[in-house]
Amino acid sequence: MSVLRPLDKLPGLNTATILLVGTEDALLQQLADAMLKEDCTSELKVHLAKSLPLPSNVNRPRIDLIVFVVNLHSKHSLRNVEESLHHVDATFFLGKVSFLATGAGRESHCSIHRNTVVKLARTYRSPLLFCDLEIGDFRATMAQRLVRMLQICAGHVPSVSALNLLSLLQSSENPSLEDL
Amino acid sequence: MRREPAGDVGRAKEMDETVSEFFRRTILKIPMTEMMTILKTWNFLSENQLQTINFRQRKDSLVQDLVLLCEENRASLKDAALLDIIYTQFHRHQKVWDVFQMSKGPGEDIDLFDMEQFKSSFKKILKRALKNALTIASKHHQIVKMDLRSRYLDSLKAIVFKQYNQTFETHNSTTPLQERSLGLDINMDSRIIHENKIEKERVQRVTQEIFGDYPQPRLEFAQYKLETKFKSDLNGGILAEREEPLRCLVKFSSPHLLEALKSLAPAGIADAPLSPLLTCIPNKGMNYFKIRDK
Repeated sequence: MSVLRPLDKLPGLNTATILLVGTEDALLQQLADAMLKEDCTSELKVHLAKSLPLPSNVNRPRIDLIVFVVNLHSKHSLRNVEESLHHVDATFFLGKVSFLATGAGRESHCSIHRNTVVKLARTYRSPLLFCDLEIGDFRATMAQRLVRMLQICAGHVPSVSALNLLSLLQSSENPSLEDL
Repeated sequence: MRREPAGDVGRAKEMDETVSEFFRRTILKIPMTEMMTILKTWNFLSENQLQTINFRQRKDSLVQDLVLLCEENRASLKDAALLDIIYTQFHRHQKVWDVFQMSKGPGEDIDLFDMEQFKSSFKKILKRALKNALTIASKHHQIVKMDLRSRYLDSLKAIVFKQYNQTFETHNSTTPLQERSLGLDINMDSRIIHENKIEKERVQRVTQEIFGDYPQPRLEFAQYKLETKFKSDLNGGILAEREEPLRCLVKFSSPHLLEALKSLAPAGIADAPLSPLLTCIPNKGMNYFKIRDK
Protein backbone atom coordinates (compact mmCIF):
# COMPACT_ATOMS: atom_id res chain seq x y z
CA MET A 1 0.00 0.00 0.00
CA SER A 2 1.24 3.45 -0.70
CA VAL A 3 -0.03 4.83 2.60
CA LEU A 4 2.33 5.07 5.54
CA ARG A 5 1.08 3.46 8.71
CA PRO A 6 2.77 3.84 12.07
CA LEU A 7 2.42 0.34 13.39
CA ASP A 8 2.58 -1.91 10.36
CA LYS A 9 6.07 -3.08 11.18
CA LEU A 10 7.91 -4.30 14.21
CA PRO A 11 10.38 -1.86 15.70
CA GLY A 12 14.09 -2.47 15.40
CA LEU A 13 16.02 -3.01 18.60
CA ASN A 14 16.82 0.39 20.12
CA THR A 15 16.30 1.95 16.70
CA ALA A 16 14.49 5.21 16.09
CA THR A 17 13.76 6.26 12.51
CA ILE A 18 12.70 9.70 11.36
CA LEU A 19 11.42 10.57 7.89
CA LEU A 20 12.05 14.10 6.64
CA VAL A 21 9.84 15.08 3.73
CA GLY A 22 10.58 18.21 1.72
CA THR A 23 11.61 19.48 -1.71
CA GLU A 24 14.86 21.10 -0.74
CA ASP A 25 17.27 18.28 -0.46
CA ALA A 26 20.25 20.36 0.63
CA LEU A 27 18.42 21.65 3.70
CA LEU A 28 17.15 18.19 4.64
CA GLN A 29 20.63 16.79 4.28
CA GLN A 30 22.09 19.42 6.56
CA LEU A 31 19.38 18.83 9.14
CA ALA A 32 20.03 15.10 8.99
CA ASP A 33 23.75 15.67 9.56
CA ALA A 34 23.00 17.89 12.52
CA MET A 35 20.71 15.30 14.08
CA LEU A 36 23.26 12.53 13.74
CA LYS A 37 25.85 14.64 15.53
CA GLU A 38 23.74 14.56 18.67
CA ASP A 39 24.66 12.20 21.47
CA CYS A 40 21.86 9.73 21.68
CA THR A 41 21.39 6.40 23.39
CA SER A 42 19.13 5.24 20.60
CA GLU A 43 20.39 4.21 17.19
CA LEU A 44 19.16 6.89 14.84
CA LYS A 45 18.20 6.53 11.22
CA VAL A 46 17.21 9.44 9.01
CA HIS A 47 15.27 8.92 5.81
CA LEU A 48 15.03 11.78 3.35
CA ALA A 49 12.25 11.95 0.79
CA LYS A 50 11.23 14.59 -1.66
CA SER A 51 7.58 13.57 -1.43
CA LEU A 52 5.20 10.77 -0.64
CA PRO A 53 4.38 8.09 -1.53
CA LEU A 54 7.71 6.40 -0.95
CA PRO A 55 9.03 3.89 -3.47
CA SER A 56 7.23 0.68 -2.67
CA ASN A 57 9.75 -2.05 -3.42
CA VAL A 58 12.12 -0.99 -0.66
CA ASN A 59 12.76 -2.65 2.66
CA ARG A 60 12.72 0.06 5.28
CA PRO A 61 12.41 0.18 9.05
CA ARG A 62 9.34 1.30 10.91
CA ILE A 63 9.01 5.07 10.77
CA ASP A 64 8.58 6.64 14.20
CA LEU A 65 8.26 10.30 13.31
CA ILE A 66 7.52 12.17 10.08
CA VAL A 67 8.55 15.79 9.75
CA PHE A 68 7.14 17.71 6.80
CA VAL A 69 9.47 20.58 5.89
CA VAL A 70 7.94 23.63 4.24
CA ASN A 71 10.10 26.42 2.89
CA LEU A 72 8.11 29.63 3.30
CA HIS A 73 9.93 31.03 0.28
CA SER A 74 8.51 28.40 -2.03
CA LYS A 75 4.88 27.71 -2.86
CA HIS A 76 6.12 24.60 -4.60
CA SER A 77 7.40 23.20 -1.30
CA LEU A 78 4.03 23.80 0.37
CA ARG A 79 2.09 22.17 -2.46
CA ASN A 80 4.43 19.22 -2.31
CA VAL A 81 3.78 18.74 1.41
CA GLU A 82 0.00 19.12 0.98
CA GLU A 83 -0.03 16.40 -1.64
CA SER A 84 2.24 14.13 0.34
CA LEU A 85 -0.04 14.34 3.39
CA HIS A 86 -2.64 12.30 1.53
CA HIS A 87 -0.34 9.30 1.68
CA VAL A 88 -0.17 9.20 5.45
CA ASP A 89 -2.59 7.15 7.47
CA ALA A 90 -4.73 9.05 9.98
CA THR A 91 -3.26 7.15 12.93
CA PHE A 92 0.10 8.73 12.28
CA PHE A 93 -1.32 12.06 13.36
CA LEU A 94 -1.47 10.96 16.99
CA GLY A 95 1.80 12.63 17.81
CA LYS A 96 4.01 11.09 15.15
CA VAL A 97 3.82 13.88 12.63
CA SER A 98 5.26 17.34 12.88
CA PHE A 99 5.55 20.32 10.56
CA LEU A 100 8.67 22.41 10.22
CA ALA A 101 8.61 25.80 8.53
CA THR A 102 11.87 27.34 7.41
CA GLY A 103 12.68 30.76 5.99
CA ALA A 104 10.52 32.91 8.28
CA GLY A 105 13.55 35.02 9.16
CA ARG A 106 13.80 36.52 5.68
CA GLU A 107 10.34 37.98 5.47
CA SER A 108 10.93 39.70 2.13
CA HIS A 109 11.50 36.32 0.49
CA CYS A 110 8.40 34.66 1.93
CA SER A 111 5.71 33.88 -0.56
CA ILE A 112 3.69 31.82 1.90
CA HIS A 113 2.02 33.49 4.80
CA ARG A 114 2.80 32.23 8.27
CA ASN A 115 -0.89 31.64 8.90
CA THR A 116 -1.12 29.23 6.01
CA VAL A 117 1.21 26.76 7.68
CA VAL A 118 -0.37 27.43 11.07
CA LYS A 119 -3.75 26.47 9.64
CA LEU A 120 -2.28 23.42 7.95
CA ALA A 121 -0.75 22.18 11.19
CA ARG A 122 -3.97 22.85 13.05
CA THR A 123 -5.99 20.94 10.45
CA TYR A 124 -3.80 17.91 11.00
CA ARG A 125 -3.69 18.40 14.78
CA SER A 126 0.08 18.33 14.71
CA PRO A 127 2.77 20.60 16.15
CA LEU A 128 4.37 23.26 14.00
CA LEU A 129 7.98 24.23 14.53
CA PHE A 130 9.73 27.25 13.06
CA CYS A 131 13.42 27.18 12.27
CA ASP A 132 15.63 28.87 9.71
CA LEU A 133 17.46 25.74 8.63
CA GLU A 134 20.03 27.75 6.70
CA ILE A 135 21.48 29.09 9.92
CA GLY A 136 23.84 26.64 11.57
CA ASP A 137 23.09 27.42 15.20
CA PHE A 138 19.32 27.35 14.77
CA ARG A 139 19.59 24.15 12.81
CA ALA A 140 21.66 22.52 15.56
CA THR A 141 19.10 23.49 18.20
CA MET A 142 16.24 22.19 16.09
CA ALA A 143 18.17 18.98 15.52
CA GLN A 144 18.39 18.50 19.28
CA ARG A 145 14.65 18.98 19.67
CA LEU A 146 13.87 16.57 16.86
CA VAL A 147 16.13 13.90 18.34
CA ARG A 148 14.32 14.16 21.69
CA MET A 149 10.92 14.07 19.95
CA LEU A 150 12.05 11.09 17.90
CA GLN A 151 13.13 9.16 20.97
CA ILE A 152 9.76 9.73 22.58
CA CYS A 153 7.89 8.72 19.42
CA ALA A 154 9.96 5.54 19.19
CA GLY A 155 9.01 4.71 22.76
CA HIS A 156 12.55 5.01 24.09
CA VAL A 157 11.69 7.43 26.86
CA PRO A 158 10.02 5.75 29.79
CA SER A 159 6.57 7.04 30.77
CA VAL A 160 6.30 9.45 27.86
CA SER A 161 4.45 8.47 24.71
CA ALA A 162 3.97 10.31 21.44
CA LEU A 163 0.42 11.13 22.46
CA ASN A 164 1.57 12.58 25.79
CA LEU A 165 4.03 14.76 23.96
CA LEU A 166 1.37 15.91 21.54
CA SER A 167 -0.98 17.03 24.26
CA LEU A 168 1.88 18.79 26.06
CA LEU A 169 2.87 20.68 22.92
CA GLN A 170 -0.68 21.62 22.04
CA SER A 171 -1.58 23.07 25.40
CA SER A 172 1.26 25.57 25.12
CA GLU A 173 -0.23 27.12 21.97
CA ASN A 174 -2.37 30.21 22.16
CA PRO A 175 -6.01 29.22 21.83
CA SER A 176 -7.59 30.38 18.61
CA LEU A 177 -10.72 32.49 18.54
CA GLU A 178 -12.85 29.50 17.59
CA ASP A 179 -11.62 27.53 20.58
CA LEU A 180 -12.48 30.25 23.09
CA MET B 1 56.74 96.48 -24.00
CA ARG B 2 56.92 93.14 -25.52
CA ARG B 3 54.01 91.36 -27.03
CA GLU B 4 54.11 87.62 -26.77
CA PRO B 5 52.31 85.52 -29.25
CA ALA B 6 49.65 84.98 -26.63
CA GLY B 7 47.51 82.67 -28.75
CA ASP B 8 49.81 79.68 -28.99
CA VAL B 9 51.19 79.87 -25.48
CA GLY B 10 47.69 80.32 -24.11
CA ARG B 11 46.44 77.33 -26.00
CA ALA B 12 49.36 75.16 -24.94
CA LYS B 13 48.78 76.11 -21.33
CA GLU B 14 45.11 75.26 -21.63
CA MET B 15 45.96 71.91 -23.08
CA ASP B 16 48.30 71.18 -20.19
CA GLU B 17 45.65 72.10 -17.65
CA THR B 18 43.18 69.74 -19.25
CA VAL B 19 45.74 66.97 -19.43
CA SER B 20 46.82 67.65 -15.85
CA GLU B 21 43.25 67.41 -14.72
CA PHE B 22 42.85 64.16 -16.65
CA PHE B 23 45.95 62.79 -14.95
CA ARG B 24 44.78 63.96 -11.58
CA ARG B 25 41.40 62.29 -11.92
CA THR B 26 42.79 59.07 -13.35
CA ILE B 27 45.45 58.71 -10.66
CA LEU B 28 42.92 59.58 -7.97
CA LYS B 29 40.79 56.62 -9.05
CA ILE B 30 43.63 54.18 -8.48
CA PRO B 31 43.49 52.51 -5.04
CA MET B 32 46.63 53.02 -2.96
CA THR B 33 47.29 49.28 -2.89
CA GLU B 34 47.50 49.17 -6.67
CA MET B 35 49.33 52.45 -7.23
CA MET B 36 52.83 51.06 -7.67
CA THR B 37 51.73 48.15 -9.86
CA ILE B 38 49.71 50.32 -12.22
CA LEU B 39 52.40 53.01 -12.50
CA LYS B 40 55.00 50.36 -13.26
CA THR B 41 52.77 48.75 -15.88
CA TRP B 42 52.27 52.16 -17.43
CA ASN B 43 56.04 52.51 -17.66
CA PHE B 44 56.03 56.24 -18.36
CA LEU B 45 57.75 57.30 -15.16
CA SER B 46 61.07 55.59 -14.58
CA GLU B 47 62.12 53.72 -11.44
CA ASN B 48 64.37 56.61 -10.43
CA GLN B 49 61.61 59.11 -10.88
CA LEU B 50 59.18 57.04 -8.87
CA GLN B 51 61.72 56.75 -6.09
CA THR B 52 61.64 60.52 -5.61
CA ILE B 53 57.99 60.30 -4.57
CA ASN B 54 56.87 59.59 -1.04
CA PHE B 55 54.21 56.92 -1.39
CA ARG B 56 53.37 56.98 2.28
CA GLN B 57 51.83 60.44 2.31
CA ARG B 58 48.14 61.15 2.10
CA LYS B 59 46.55 60.30 -1.21
CA ASP B 60 45.74 63.84 -2.36
CA SER B 61 49.31 64.99 -1.74
CA LEU B 62 50.65 61.89 -3.50
CA VAL B 63 48.43 62.56 -6.49
CA GLN B 64 49.64 66.16 -6.63
CA ASP B 65 53.28 65.04 -6.63
CA LEU B 66 52.63 62.48 -9.35
CA VAL B 67 50.81 64.98 -11.55
CA LEU B 68 53.72 67.43 -11.16
CA LEU B 69 56.10 64.68 -12.17
CA CYS B 70 54.00 63.94 -15.25
CA GLU B 71 54.00 67.63 -16.18
CA GLU B 72 57.77 67.84 -15.78
CA ASN B 73 58.14 64.89 -18.12
CA ARG B 74 55.82 66.51 -20.64
CA ALA B 75 53.27 63.74 -20.53
CA SER B 76 50.79 64.02 -23.34
CA LEU B 77 47.11 63.27 -23.63
CA LYS B 78 48.10 60.00 -25.25
CA ASP B 79 50.06 58.97 -22.15
CA ALA B 80 47.12 59.91 -19.98
CA ALA B 81 44.79 57.84 -22.13
CA LEU B 82 47.13 54.87 -21.86
CA LEU B 83 47.11 55.17 -18.07
CA ASP B 84 43.33 55.22 -18.17
CA ILE B 85 43.24 52.08 -20.30
CA ILE B 86 45.58 50.32 -17.88
CA TYR B 87 43.34 51.32 -14.99
CA THR B 88 40.33 49.95 -16.87
CA GLN B 89 42.15 46.67 -17.48
CA PHE B 90 42.76 46.30 -13.78
CA HIS B 91 39.16 47.21 -13.01
CA ARG B 92 37.38 45.62 -15.92
CA HIS B 93 34.68 44.34 -13.60
CA GLN B 94 33.50 47.89 -12.98
CA LYS B 95 32.26 48.23 -16.50
CA VAL B 96 29.55 46.32 -18.29
CA TRP B 97 30.84 45.11 -21.62
CA ASP B 98 28.91 44.78 -24.85
CA VAL B 99 29.78 42.25 -27.51
CA PHE B 100 29.86 43.00 -31.22
CA GLN B 101 29.99 40.46 -33.95
CA MET B 102 31.56 41.08 -37.32
CA SER B 103 30.53 39.07 -40.31
CA LYS B 104 31.10 39.09 -44.01
CA GLY B 105 28.25 39.72 -46.37
CA PRO B 106 27.16 36.73 -48.43
CA GLY B 107 29.48 35.73 -51.28
CA GLU B 108 32.55 37.58 -50.03
CA ASP B 109 36.02 36.24 -49.52
CA ILE B 110 37.37 35.81 -46.08
CA ASP B 111 40.64 37.74 -46.25
CA LEU B 112 43.45 36.86 -43.95
CA PHE B 113 43.31 39.40 -41.21
CA ASP B 114 46.25 41.79 -41.37
CA MET B 115 46.89 43.30 -37.96
CA GLU B 116 49.20 46.08 -39.12
CA GLN B 117 46.88 47.13 -41.86
CA PHE B 118 44.03 47.04 -39.40
CA LYS B 119 45.88 49.26 -36.96
CA SER B 120 46.83 51.87 -39.55
CA SER B 121 43.40 51.98 -41.14
CA PHE B 122 41.83 52.16 -37.72
CA LYS B 123 43.93 55.13 -36.67
CA LYS B 124 43.30 56.99 -39.90
CA ILE B 125 39.55 56.85 -39.76
CA LEU B 126 39.07 57.07 -36.00
CA LYS B 127 37.31 60.39 -36.45
CA ARG B 128 34.25 58.67 -37.91
CA ALA B 129 31.71 56.76 -35.87
CA LEU B 130 33.32 53.77 -34.22
CA LYS B 131 31.02 51.35 -35.94
CA ASN B 132 31.97 52.53 -39.41
CA ALA B 133 35.63 52.61 -38.52
CA LEU B 134 35.73 49.00 -37.46
CA THR B 135 33.73 47.89 -40.45
CA ILE B 136 35.97 49.55 -42.98
CA ALA B 137 39.18 48.78 -41.13
CA SER B 138 38.60 45.07 -41.17
CA LYS B 139 36.86 44.95 -44.52
CA HIS B 140 33.82 43.36 -42.99
CA HIS B 141 30.41 44.43 -44.04
CA GLN B 142 28.19 43.87 -41.16
CA ILE B 143 28.73 44.59 -37.55
CA VAL B 144 25.99 43.60 -35.21
CA LYS B 145 25.66 44.16 -31.53
CA MET B 146 24.99 40.87 -29.79
CA ASP B 147 22.41 40.52 -27.09
CA LEU B 148 25.13 39.62 -24.65
CA ARG B 149 26.31 41.83 -21.81
CA SER B 150 28.29 41.21 -18.64
CA ARG B 151 30.99 42.67 -16.40
CA TYR B 152 33.23 39.67 -16.86
CA LEU B 153 35.32 39.91 -20.01
CA ASP B 154 36.86 36.48 -19.72
CA SER B 155 33.44 34.88 -19.43
CA LEU B 156 32.13 36.81 -22.44
CA LYS B 157 35.11 35.62 -24.45
CA ALA B 158 34.52 32.05 -23.39
CA ILE B 159 30.87 32.16 -24.36
CA VAL B 160 31.48 33.77 -27.73
CA PHE B 161 34.39 31.55 -28.71
CA LYS B 162 32.91 28.48 -27.02
CA GLN B 163 35.97 27.91 -24.86
CA TYR B 164 34.70 26.32 -21.73
CA ASN B 165 36.62 24.23 -19.23
CA GLN B 166 38.75 26.97 -17.74
CA THR B 167 38.68 28.86 -14.48
CA PHE B 168 36.76 32.08 -14.70
CA GLU B 169 36.41 35.14 -12.53
CA THR B 170 35.45 33.35 -9.38
CA HIS B 171 32.67 34.15 -7.03
CA ASN B 172 32.99 33.33 -3.37
CA SER B 173 29.65 32.36 -2.04
CA THR B 174 29.07 32.25 1.66
CA THR B 175 25.67 30.63 1.59
CA PRO B 176 25.47 27.33 3.43
CA LEU B 177 23.99 25.62 0.40
CA GLN B 178 27.35 25.91 -1.31
CA GLU B 179 29.08 24.03 1.47
CA ARG B 180 27.24 20.93 0.41
CA SER B 181 27.99 20.22 -3.21
CA LEU B 182 24.92 19.90 -5.35
CA GLY B 183 22.72 16.95 -4.64
CA LEU B 184 24.31 13.60 -4.78
CA ASP B 185 27.29 13.26 -2.44
CA ILE B 186 28.95 10.05 -1.59
CA ASN B 187 27.02 9.89 1.60
CA MET B 188 29.50 9.22 4.33
CA ASP B 189 26.90 8.44 6.91
CA SER B 190 25.07 5.22 6.28
CA ARG B 191 22.40 6.24 8.77
CA ILE B 192 21.01 8.70 6.20
CA ILE B 193 18.93 7.09 3.51
CA HIS B 194 17.72 8.92 0.45
CA GLU B 195 14.36 7.53 -0.52
CA ASN B 196 14.39 9.17 -3.92
CA LYS B 197 17.91 8.14 -4.86
CA ILE B 198 16.97 7.16 -8.40
CA GLU B 199 15.36 10.51 -9.06
CA LYS B 200 18.34 12.35 -7.57
CA GLU B 201 20.69 10.44 -9.85
CA ARG B 202 18.54 11.27 -12.84
CA VAL B 203 18.53 14.94 -11.97
CA GLN B 204 22.29 14.91 -11.50
CA ARG B 205 22.78 13.20 -14.86
CA VAL B 206 20.47 15.56 -16.73
CA THR B 207 22.13 18.58 -15.14
CA GLN B 208 25.55 17.33 -16.10
CA GLU B 209 24.43 16.70 -19.68
CA ILE B 210 23.17 20.22 -20.02
CA PHE B 211 25.79 22.19 -18.10
CA GLY B 212 28.82 19.96 -18.34
CA ASP B 213 31.41 19.24 -15.67
CA TYR B 214 33.35 22.45 -16.03
CA PRO B 215 32.81 25.74 -14.16
CA GLN B 216 30.33 27.99 -15.88
CA PRO B 217 31.25 31.36 -17.41
CA ARG B 218 30.15 34.21 -15.24
CA LEU B 219 27.12 36.32 -16.07
CA GLU B 220 25.10 38.48 -13.71
CA PHE B 221 21.72 38.58 -15.36
CA ALA B 222 19.41 37.26 -18.03
CA GLN B 223 16.54 39.34 -19.28
CA TYR B 224 13.44 38.13 -21.12
CA LYS B 225 11.15 40.60 -22.81
CA LEU B 226 7.81 38.91 -23.35
CA GLU B 227 5.39 40.10 -25.97
CA THR B 228 3.03 37.19 -26.07
CA LYS B 229 -0.63 36.72 -25.61
CA PHE B 230 -1.60 35.63 -22.17
CA LYS B 231 -2.28 31.91 -21.98
CA SER B 232 -4.48 30.70 -19.18
CA ASP B 233 -5.50 27.24 -18.03
CA LEU B 234 -8.73 28.57 -16.61
CA ASN B 235 -11.53 29.35 -18.99
CA GLY B 236 -12.53 32.94 -19.20
CA GLY B 237 -10.06 34.91 -17.18
CA ILE B 238 -9.99 38.63 -17.83
CA LEU B 239 -6.50 38.52 -19.26
CA ALA B 240 -7.22 35.47 -21.41
CA GLU B 241 -9.66 37.36 -23.60
CA ARG B 242 -7.21 40.03 -24.59
CA GLU B 243 -6.12 40.22 -28.18
CA GLU B 244 -3.12 42.42 -27.58
CA PRO B 245 0.07 40.78 -26.41
CA LEU B 246 0.98 41.06 -22.77
CA ARG B 247 4.16 43.05 -22.33
CA CYS B 248 6.20 41.73 -19.50
CA LEU B 249 9.86 41.86 -18.53
CA VAL B 250 11.45 39.07 -16.51
CA LYS B 251 14.97 39.57 -15.24
CA PHE B 252 17.07 37.01 -13.41
CA SER B 253 19.96 38.45 -11.38
CA SER B 254 22.73 36.62 -9.59
CA PRO B 255 26.38 37.08 -8.69
CA HIS B 256 26.93 34.01 -10.87
CA LEU B 257 23.82 33.27 -12.90
CA LEU B 258 24.84 30.11 -14.74
CA GLU B 259 26.14 28.37 -11.62
CA ALA B 260 22.92 29.31 -9.86
CA LEU B 261 20.83 27.85 -12.68
CA LYS B 262 22.97 24.71 -12.64
CA SER B 263 22.25 24.22 -8.93
CA LEU B 264 18.45 24.72 -9.13
CA ALA B 265 17.44 21.17 -9.97
CA PRO B 266 19.89 19.37 -7.65
CA ALA B 267 18.79 21.64 -4.81
CA GLY B 268 15.17 20.64 -5.40
CA ILE B 269 14.04 24.14 -6.31
CA ALA B 270 13.23 23.36 -9.93
CA ASP B 271 12.52 20.28 -12.00
CA ALA B 272 15.10 18.86 -14.37
CA PRO B 273 15.54 19.52 -17.24
CA LEU B 274 15.27 23.29 -16.91
CA SER B 275 13.46 25.34 -19.48
CA PRO B 276 15.52 25.66 -22.67
CA LEU B 277 15.06 29.42 -22.40
CA LEU B 278 17.46 29.30 -19.47
CA THR B 279 19.83 26.58 -20.63
CA CYS B 280 20.40 28.03 -24.10
CA ILE B 281 22.21 31.10 -22.80
CA PRO B 282 25.81 29.96 -23.33
CA ASN B 283 25.04 28.10 -26.56
CA LYS B 284 23.24 30.96 -28.17
CA GLY B 285 25.61 33.53 -26.72
CA MET B 286 22.70 35.66 -25.54
CA ASN B 287 21.43 36.91 -22.25
CA TYR B 288 18.85 39.33 -23.61
CA PHE B 289 15.84 37.69 -25.21
CA LYS B 290 12.69 38.90 -26.93
CA ILE B 291 9.94 36.37 -26.96
CA ARG B 292 7.02 36.75 -29.29
CA ASP B 293 4.21 34.46 -30.35
CA LYS B 294 5.04 32.47 -33.42
